[in-house]
Amino acid sequence: MDFQNNAEPETANEENIFVPSEDVREHLVVVGNGMAGCRAVEELLARDAGRYRVTIFGAEPYVNYNRIMLSPVLAGEKSFDDIVINSREWYDENGIELIAGDPVTAVDRTAKTVTSQSGRTVGYDKLLIATGSDPFIIPVPGKDLPGVISFRDMKDVDTMLEAAGKGGSAVVIGGGLLGLEAAHGLTLRGMKVTVIHLMDTLMERQLDEAAGWLLKSALEGRGQTILTGANTEAIYGDGKVEGVRLKDGTEIPASLVVMAVGIRPSTALAREAGLEVNRGIKVDDHMVTSDPDVLAVGECVEHDGNVYGLVAPLWDMCRSLADGLTDQHTGYKGSVTSTKLKVAGLDVFSAGDFSGGEGCEDIVLRDASRGVYKRVVVKDDKVIGAVLYGDTADGGWYFDMLKREEDVGEIRDLLIFGQAFASGGGALDPKAAVAALSDDAEICGCNGVSKGQVVACIEKGACSLDAVRGTCKASASCGSCTGLVENLLAVVLGDDVQSGPKTMCKCTSFGHDDVRREIVAQNMRSIPEVMQKLHWSTPDGCSSCRPALNYYLLCALPGEYVDDQQSRFVNERMHANIQKDGTYSVVPRMWGGLTNPKELRAIADVVEKYDAPMVKVTGGQRLDIFGIKKEDLPAVWADLNAAGMVSGHAYGKSLRTVKTCVGSEWCRFGTQDSTGLGVKTERMTWGSWMPHKFKIAVSGCPRNCAEATIKDFGVVCVDSGYELHVGGNGGIHLRATDLLCKVATEQEALDYCAAFTQLYREEARYLERTAPWIERVGVEYVKQRIVEDEAGREELRARFLYSQSFSQDDPWAQRAAGAESELHQHLDASMPFGAIAAE
Amino acid sequence: MTTWIDIGTLADIPQRGARTVQIAGEKEIAVFRTSDDTVFALVNECPHKKGPLSQGIVHGHSVACPLHNWNIALKTGEAQGNDEGCTPTIAVKLEGDRVLIARPAAMKAAA
Repeated sequence: MDFQNNAEPETANEENIFVPSEDVREHLVVVGNGMAGCRAVEELLARDAGRYRVTIFGAEPYVNYNRIMLSPVLAGEKSFDDIVINSREWYDENGIELIAGDPVTAVDRTAKTVTSQSGRTVGYDKLLIATGSDPFIIPVPGKDLPGVISFRDMKDVDTMLEAAGKGGSAVVIGGGLLGLEAAHGLTLRGMKVTVIHLMDTLMERQLDEAAGWLLKSALEGRGQTILTGANTEAIYGDGKVEGVRLKDGTEIPASLVVMAVGIRPSTALAREAGLEVNRGIKVDDHMVTSDPDVLAVGECVEHDGNVYGLVAPLWDMCRSLADGLTDQHTGYKGSVTSTKLKVAGLDVFSAGDFSGGEGCEDIVLRDASRGVYKRVVVKDDKVIGAVLYGDTADGGWYFDMLKREEDVGEIRDLLIFGQAFASGGGALDPKAAVAALSDDAEICGCNGVSKGQVVACIEKGACSLDAVRGTCKASASCGSCTGLVENLLAVVLGDDVQSGPKTMCKCTSFGHDDVRREIVAQNMRSIPEVMQKLHWSTPDGCSSCRPALNYYLLCALPGEYVDDQQSRFVNERMHANIQKDGTYSVVPRMWGGLTNPKELRAIADVVEKYDAPMVKVTGGQRLDIFGIKKEDLPAVWADLNAAGMVSGHAYGKSLRTVKTCVGSEWCRFGTQDSTGLGVKTERMTWGSWMPHKFKIAVSGCPRNCAEATIKDFGVVCVDSGYELHVGGNGGIHLRATDLLCKVATEQEALDYCAAFTQLYREEARYLERTAPWIERVGVEYVKQRIVEDEAGREELRARFLYSQSFSQDDPWAQRAAGAESELHQHLDASMPFGAIAAE
Repeated sequence: MTTWIDIGTLADIPQRGARTVQIAGEKEIAVFRTSDDTVFALVNECPHKKGPLSQGIVHGHSVACPLHNWNIALKTGEAQGNDEGCTPTIAVKLEGDRVLIARPAAMKAAA
């Protein structure tokens, strides 16, 4: 490719002074041959073509090209010629002198001249500065190594193409638009690309978390490695770049590093010329700087406190500027920006304020089968923000309403379905809108079900959502047409609609069982993925659904799912029980309720050392230390660990305790070794997360001193073996256990216990104890699964033990060793607070 | 004039989480970071029974109190739904990745 044939750098003329010709028109000198500078000239020509004599200086040796289109050039989809906006002929035809490849280096506002790098000095009547932006280079060691570049101009693209020609690996620092475009282009050119992004969400300024997650998944699907929350420490290499090292010590080898972390207004020239500069060159509504004969436009300016990095504001500015230069003075009022882009071929749109907040309503539509996420933020019946992913067709419509501050109260319920639907036939009621659809209109795309078929199915007796799903399959797959089906039910049946199963929470129309089934069926692997695929109506769920989803994923993916701490209730996050005064209580594990002098001494020492106000023997035969501050927890745990004790999980939806009586070892009535079995049972089951808390007891004889018949799983030893009891509860609703069966050996008792626990883990709803669960499914069902189905029991047991192999790490030991210390420390604990108070 | 105190970086606060700031002579402050990286600061006390809001589950621009699950709007400190009460808020701003909170009222008066 030859990018330079259109524009050779021009040489300075001999006197080094541009001699004014007989041309008596005012001379407009433009510094910057980019999109803003040339657009301003175009606007000026359109208003009054002959008014000014125009000279344009450009730093790059090219004619005016579309910088936004560098990405397709890198990706090989376009050539440089394709992205030229104004060819050499345009400059000639309009009598514009182009001085390309020779940047202006100084402005003398007193003499009213500019001087270029080559030494050429040109006088002006009006000067327009359109220097755009400079890429921001993060100040890390190695930033100047050969092979480290930015992505801003054609030269950078040439460098990238050359590097890609040799293959190998590239690192792109920055997961904003520019970085992702660079990564996409380099991937298409055959490089192995890793994107390093400091924030947790890609393109966090344009996208919310859900859309950012979709984008990340899509890019990973294309073979890129995306590291979010990754902090670059250094770029290393001997004489040339060899890789990037992150703060966490990870090293990523690379022969090319593209730094695309952001841009800053290019203001050096203006600053040196003594113009008023803040973040950008300060301009008024007519794009005039602090010097009335010097104007500025584009990314280099600051207007009313705002600096813009997008194209649309630039067009607005150029219009106001040209108006001002031709004495029309309309004035620039600032821009509301929207971003509609294809990132690596994926459609993305965002506009306005989508951060939510007081009085804002989020309307969210997720269509998993099409990979679509739409979120419109409405406040006071006006659209104030929108994020669209996958289908951006209505972006312009939302943006138009946003800019015009149109009242959308009447179409609010239809807004999210887009312009075509919302304005279709003036139907403003969703039911009326559905009623207005023709019989052959498709309702369910996944299963190809038309409105006529759904109506026929309802008329034949399907009078609930589930019944419709079960018969004609409409909304049974991805669920995105659930609202349409519900409206059809309402239209056909009026008030006879049966409401479906209770939903998990207000964030979803699915019940617990549906969500769990789909998590397994679709092999979902993270909370954002579940929320996307199952059309969550809130951006990040609520305090009801997030802990439930976290548990369901943890249960479905033992050893693979990464626990989301922020979706845990406080006790499970802090591994202690919060008390009403905000302190915590700490219960170390005592296997089967047994203890020894060493443990007791350690507990006594902790009580004294941390001045714990109370120690209590619990109902589960443990010692509970009260009044520990969150800051002291890791040290308390370290002391208890040192005596051999681990977390007692008295705080969790998990196995709590195995309570025992003394049994045949000491008791004159004891029939079996109940303490021994209790210890074994606790060793097997401790650490497992459950839908709710889970208590076990082992009694050594039918006198039942361990109260096994009000536990979730209870063993009552008898002469001939072990009676196994399930589903007991000593809480608000006292419930005695159901007898599951009787087994002959201790090993069988353990095996049945593991299988039963796993069945409960896999099938009960989150926060459902075994008692209501068994009432719901019936003890016969549990017997069938655990007692009658021997192979099934063995599989359940195996799954439980497999899961346990990942869950029996003492969380206290991890914290005592320093893990997640931020949970226990004040922010900036090193700050001398006394000094602040004294300030 | 508001005096701003630099309390750390955005990255110090977990997304959908909070950290606490202790300033001598003041009630503990909870500094929240939501999923969209908005930062809020409130007195670390639920208006209901003074539960430590910093330990609650953060969702949207709300936090659920860890003691009795009251939902508190992070921007206003107002209890939501049928619950009534309000936690004082503290002005907070981001400068680059630095988090700054306004100097609390009592200290301002004393200064």
